[in-house]
Amino acid sequence: MTIDAHPALPEFDYIRPATLVEASQFLVRYPDEARPFLGGTDVFVRMRDGFIKPKYLIDVKNLDGTNDLSFDPQKGLTIGAGVNMNRVIASPVVQTHYPLLAEACRSVASYQLRTRATIAGNICNASPAGDTIGACLVLDGVLDIYGVDGARQEALVNFFKGPGKTTLKSGDIVTAIRFPLVPKGAAGAYLKLGRNKLSDLSIVGVTVWGYPDAKAASGYSFRIALASVAPVPLRAEKVEAYLSGHTPGAEVFQEAARLAAAACSPIDDVRGSARYRKAMVRNLTRKGLEKAWEGISRQ
Amino acid sequence: MTIHRITLTINGSSEQVDVPSNLTLLQMLREKLALTGTKNGCMAGECGACTVMLNGEPVNSCMVLAVECDGAEVLTVEGLAKDSVLDPIQETIIDQGGVQCGFCTPGILISARALLDRKPNPSEADIREALVGNLCRCTGYLRIIEAVHEASERQLQTASGD
Repeated sequence: MTIDAHPALPEFDYIRPATLVEASQFLVRYPDEARPFLGGTDVFVRMRDGFIKPKYLIDVKNLDGTNDLSFDPQKGLTIGAGVNMNRVIASPVVQTHYPLLAEACRSVASYQLRTRATIAGNICNASPAGDTIGACLVLDGVLDIYGVDGARQEALVNFFKGPGKTTLKSGDIVTAIRFPLVPKGAAGAYLKLGRNKLSDLSIVGVTVWGYPDAKAASGYSFRIALASVAPVPLRAEKVEAYLSGHTPGAEVFQEAARLAAAACSPIDDVRGSARYRKAMVRNLTRKGLEKAWEGISRQ
Repeated sequence: MTIHRITLTINGSSEQVDVPSNLTLLQMLREKLALTGTKNGCMAGECGACTVMLNGEPVNSCMVLAVECDGAEVLTVEGLAKDSVLDPIQETIIDQGGVQCGFCTPGILISARALLDRKPNPSEADIREALVGNLCRCTGYLRIIEAVHEASERQLQTASGD
């Protein structure tokens, strides 16, 4: 038996449509054989490993404005699907208003991989471990989707259905992700536990974000997203509700961390056991809350 | 499988190449253009041995389709030296002993060059972060990091006319 350590990509046809309409129509015509791709950082690996065998790869980069990153002081941030993660990290508006997004992108693989990797691709790949998904969830991301029936928007919180499964239908192409304006005094943190300090997939990823909120009983609202500990990227809503009702502080953070560990349903795999993951969710949630709390403006 | 005719600039010279859809940039460089300085390590975007610059930014060439590079500018390790004068990072990696088996070196040089282009005076943390996608199993990295430091210093000295 020979083992090919360097499998070439299997055969397929590369298609570069001129417009979104053309791309979408092609995807509808070949629902089981055609697959859209952006940077290819997940798709190519999965093809080499034999998990997927598309007959057509549809290059949806560079289509109709999907390469723009723009900020509107009234509406918020729009990141085109084709904008790579290094551009997000380097963007002054992201650094000023959405530093959590930059922090999440920086935790992904390596610089040269991030030249190709995109947030939209990370979201559509729908891995529970997706590093940028937590930040997009807590920042209330909304996807712009182009489909056969025209353009629509979908909140990210309803988008994930299982590992690799989303609400996207055949012919749908994500063209951008939008974020509303962030409240004053907000701060967050992405704490990622990998097998090494940089570049690995997450064993556990915890995103925490909070801001002063006069409507919350505690005076502050928090949002928490958990990666790699459930079939889908998870918003820990029970924990968020607990935090909005209890004044922030060491004991409340500890209890919130315990609730976060109880809210997730991790599995055993090569990167870590379920028991370890739960313990790490508890530790990282507490640390994340403490870190976010340092940055949040006091009421 | 469709064959695409693409035109691109590699190390400053224009090339026309016929590439099947599934050919990677890495395969095209090595197998069609005999530019074997770029190495094939993992074919999964993890080891960085195949790093080249695509339109001025480093990429894992095993994770880019050749056909996507139509009209692009590619710089490989073969294009780093100009008129037989080594790039400062090539000089310093030799001076510091940052090469042992050499397999990771072309990718390291490209990643380091890209870092120095975007940040001429990087900190040690910057260097470590920029090289996180380039695995080296021989050197232990310290001499490579030192080489990038020194290249940065030499470059800044040259720029200030010392």
